[in-house]
Amino acid sequence: MDFFTIVQLGDASVRMAIPLLLACLAGLFSERAGIFDIGLEGKMLAAAFLSAAVSLASGNVWVGLLAGIGISITLSIIHGLASITFRGNQLISGVAINFFAAGLTVVIAQGWFAQGGRTPSLPKDARFNGLDFPGALTRVRDKMQASPGMQFYSEFVSGHSILVYLGLLTVPLSWWILYRTRFGLRLRAVGEAPEAVDTAGISVVRLRYSAVIIAGILCGIAGAYLSTAVQAGFTKDMTANRGFIALAALIFAKWRPWYALGACLLFGLFFAIDNRFQNIQLQVIWIMVLLVGSAAVMTVYALRREKIDVLVLGGLSVVLAAIALVTWFGTASGEGIGMIAALWETVKVPSQLIQSLPYLFVVIVLAGFVGKAIPPRAGGQPYVKER
Amino acid sequence: MSEIAPAIELVGISKAFGPVQANKDISIRVMPGTIHGIIGENGAGKSTLMSILYGFYKADAGEIFISGQKTVIPDSQAAIAAGIGMVFQHFKLVQNFSVLENVVLGAEDGALLRPSLAKARKQLKSLAEEYELNVDPDAIIQDIGVGMQQRVEILKALYRQADILILDEPTGVLTPAEADQLFRILGRLKEEGKTIILITHKLREIMDITDTVSVMRRGEMTSTVKTSETNPADLAERMVGRKVLLRVDKVPAQPKDVILEVKDLNITDEKGVHRLKGVSFNVRAGEILGIAGVSGNGQSELLEVLGGYEKATGEILLNGEAIDLTGAFSDGQSRRARGIAHVPEDRQHEGLIMDFTAAENTAFGYHHDPKYQRNRLLMDNAAIMKDAQEKMDRFDVRPPNPMLAAKNFSGGNQQKVVVAREIERDPDLLLVGQPTRGVDIGAIEFIHQQIVALRDAGKAILLVSVELDEIMGLSDRIAVMFDGQIMGERLPAETDEKELGLMMAGVTDGETA
Repeated sequence: MDFFTIVQLGDASVRMAIPLLLACLAGLFSERAGIFDIGLEGKMLAAAFLSAAVSLASGNVWVGLLAGIGISITLSIIHGLASITFRGNQLISGVAINFFAAGLTVVIAQGWFAQGGRTPSLPKDARFNGLDFPGALTRVRDKMQASPGMQFYSEFVSGHSILVYLGLLTVPLSWWILYRTRFGLRLRAVGEAPEAVDTAGISVVRLRYSAVIIAGILCGIAGAYLSTAVQAGFTKDMTANRGFIALAALIFAKWRPWYALGACLLFGLFFAIDNRFQNIQLQVIWIMVLLVGSAAVMTVYALRREKIDVLVLGGLSVVLAAIALVTWFGTASGEGIGMIAALWETVKVPSQLIQSLPYLFVVIVLAGFVGKAIPPRAGGQPYVKER
Repeated sequence: MSEIAPAIELVGISKAFGPVQANKDISIRVMPGTIHGIIGENGAGKSTLMSILYGFYKADAGEIFISGQKTVIPDSQAAIAAGIGMVFQHFKLVQNFSVLENVVLGAEDGALLRPSLAKARKQLKSLAEEYELNVDPDAIIQDIGVGMQQRVEILKALYRQADILILDEPTGVLTPAEADQLFRILGRLKEEGKTIILITHKLREIMDITDTVSVMRRGEMTSTVKTSETNPADLAERMVGRKVLLRVDKVPAQPKDVILEVKDLNITDEKGVHRLKGVSFNVRAGEILGIAGVSGNGQSELLEVLGGYEKATGEILLNGEAIDLTGAFSDGQSRRARGIAHVPEDRQHEGLIMDFTAAENTAFGYHHDPKYQRNRLLMDNAAIMKDAQEKMDRFDVRPPNPMLAAKNFSGGNQQKVVVAREIERDPDLLLVGQPTRGVDIGAIEFIHQQIVALRDAGKAILLVSVELDEIMGLSDRIAVMFDGQIMGERLPAETDEKELGLMMAGVTDGETA
């Protein structure tokens, strides 16, 4: 793998990480305030659709972005009403938002544009385009021949849409808000001990609504990024479970902004690998070693843990081992050679396996492979004054 | 009318929660620079009254005067502004924040934290000097003891310049030594001119440190007297409305064979903390072994192991035979089958299912008993109902309605349901955790009598309580736990609260002598 490929992979990782990162920080603000938000996915999806549609109609992508943020905030407030004001179940409200967005975006898209639930392609000036920094090379051929420093600058640093840079800026900004401001102190407190906030004479309800609205804004930007920067228009279910992966990243990140950046970049890397290496070739023996090896590690780990982890990780190990065996036997019989000889055959790694990498990783993260993550203590519980 | 305006004057305060009249036309005057006690049974309305004063609830009627000024207190912010600080029974602290952050929370000076924290740090230092309230400002709350946490609560109030400090059951979680320290701090605050309202159900505390005391009963303020002009028996009578036995009436124990023998019990939790460290003791038939200690020193784990829902290493013998500590027969069901009954510490989570009826709750854990079965498939609800009715009548559960959900009974009556269920099984060994926590004086008397009656019937009883008075009154032998270990055993007649208190604080036998 040459240096330029690595730079390209890094570049793609950042691009893929941005929507995850924004959604992850949205979840961070919400959950730090004690409101579970399983509806990140729905809010992103709704924002993706509306920002594409409004960009198309107005011809101004910024207006589209605002519309996306608007619908996302609206959904956040609905979530807030259900879980803060009416003290309902936060998971149910979140799931409802996801269903609502998944269905309504397609129906409205069909009603407005009649193109099978998608928006037409956005013209260039109704999208967020890459910003080319001064001196950066833009053509791939030029970049490939440039010095490594120049490659890094042109491909990795320059050329992203403004939302990428904004997205990266939200990390230090979130950290600063959470740990250096009065609002952040209160926000963290309300997710841990709302009764402490209440007795200190601060409104729990107001704080939680602020948190939920911040989550709405961030999800709105994430959605708009997908449909107006990554792609040129909205397609059905285009968020592709990023909202849920963001939640996994949030747990992985232990509800901290900088860790969230790390977690999302890692997930971004998986997506980038998936995009780039659809046709990766490996000798069967290496596929076997990798799969059976990770299955073994997971099994050993799982056996030392609680029942649920044994189920999840053990099940996953079986699946991995099965894929390895199928690849091996398949190669042997397909090529008509002996089992041992088949080990040295070079085959295409099943693309499904690579595609499933981020999701496998989510399962592993959620099964607690990455150590104990302690969620905010009051998470998921509506605040009721005790008698 | 004296020339000095009272620090607090409440006139005609009333508050109803639905059909329940929590406060009925309450008037009270608290003079500045005094410690005023408010005493009453659970549910008498003490906490409601103070919550109204702190802006947690809005009174239906009545007026509040602070230093002679009519004041409206719609929320806690207003109460804080009026110079009222409150230390709740359950601390309102953010566990993973530092002391400093907890003090500053809600009283920040500006949008940025740094200057507020710096100012608070300075202020805490001077408060610490002024009132002997030393706390490390950078300590994280979950790492410090409850006594320290309580100081943080007091500091929070003082940092907000409270002149009136309300403390709700402040000594419930403290060792006697810590309680004495708290009282010294309160005395100091009083000298500095602060007004203190102390809510408690412990008569001794009222007698020890208050200047005046108000008694509440069923939502009404029945009397206010000078502390020097009353005595515990008189106060108890005013609280309950009839004469109460403050001492448990019992004949000397007649211990027989060893029923329970515990040898070298150890628990290490998942964080690697040793919760029990080589605990060994025995309980004989016909005696009550009381385990004293501040909560969180391993008593709960001990009960959980004996009750069959916590794993441990070591050995437990019942009637000379080992019981399983691990495996399929180490569960609560097997323990009950062996004759161990358990009144758990936390009746609302472990003793009862709050949404289920009293009848169902009287059968739980023993619902496999053939007498509750109609056939192999169906339960005999009529039998459960009849059985529950009998138990409720015998244990004087009010209202005696087996169809009522457990959550609709008062704390005392809930506890009677649990005690009835366990005692009526005629166990060899009864485990009792905090039998009278949150139970009113009348019911305490009854529950204590039942426990003593079981002892006199020749059963072994293991009593765990954080109430030293209860331990002293009920036990025939007292073991003290600290930090997962048994610090020593004493006979009630040969020890006193001071010695037990030292043992509860971890001072070993040698040092007390």
